[in-house]
Amino acid sequence: MTPQLLNAVITARTERRAIAVVTHLSTGAQRLVTRAEAASDPVLDKALRFDKSGVEQTDDGEVFITIHNPALRLFIIGAVLIAQSVIPMAQAAGYDVTVIDPRGAFATGARFPNVALKGEWPDEVLPALHMDQRTAILALTHDPKIDDPALEIALKSEVFYIGALGSKKTQASRLERLKAKGFEDAALARIHGPIGLNIGAVGAPEIAISIMAEMTKCLRLGG
Amino acid sequence: MTTALDTASQWLSQGRKIAIATVIETWGSAPQPVGSQLVVDAEGNFEGAVSGGCVEGAVITEAQDMIASGGHKVLSFGVADETAWKVGLACGGKIRVLVEAVR
Repeated sequence: MTPQLLNAVITARTERRAIAVVTHLSTGAQRLVTRAEAASDPVLDKALRFDKSGVEQTDDGEVFITIHNPALRLFIIGAVLIAQSVIPMAQAAGYDVTVIDPRGAFATGARFPNVALKGEWPDEVLPALHMDQRTAILALTHDPKIDDPALEIALKSEVFYIGALGSKKTQASRLERLKAKGFEDAALARIHGPIGLNIGAVGAPEIAISIMAEMTKCLRLGG
Repeated sequence: MTTALDTASQWLSQGRKIAIATVIETWGSAPQPVGSQLVVDAEGNFEGAVSGGCVEGAVITEAQDMIASGGHKVLSFGVADETAWKVGLACGGKIRVLVEAVR
């Protein structure tokens, strides 16, 4: 490996760009492949999507594909009870978690001691946070004033998962509001609501499990 | 999160000669997943891990050779492979490790 390649890998991670490094195992020759370049190569595309480094046989011989994906991130809109259950599970699964809630009474360090906490409105902070393909977002406040602007920003981004808390009825009126803002049905289909896999979850910890399961499914299998 | 590559970059900027070891394949109950990395300098200082500690010694020795030669090498460790190194994995797993000089 050359120092130039090493620095390119580190820079990509700092800038949250997904890349792969392909090493020819007999010659030691290496090349860096960007996410865009990998899109046209089924093997690399799959390796990046599933975050899976590994050895592949090619016509040229054996190669090792190293996947360097940015760290997973989760933005939770709403410093609420379900957030308190989701946070430790998401952190255990490798996510950097940030909770955003403009309501001072909710977003307190006492209630959320071990997580990044932002007391601003979602539309004030989210644009600067570069929501990318390794990012998920949950809208949990039940308050359209807070949730909707966050969902609008999420829909315009490449986030791999958008979840919104609420019943089927709540979800239907949410979609109507967003449609009125100009979003197409295909785009709105990205919002998972009611949130989480249907596992009959009762109470915040079990709902958190269903959310984590749905997020993981979208991350690993797409959708 | 600081990774072995961050350490590698830092050591390079200090003028140290280094090699990087990467787990490229595992079978059975290998403790460190594919992609795990270890950085080694010419004196044998290291950061990171390629196993639960069972094969690090051998990997570090090879890495120092790679620093000297400037090359790369693929090492195999495991109990079931006759061509494998003598250093077995106590866990019963098998791993292949790419060791390469950075230069």
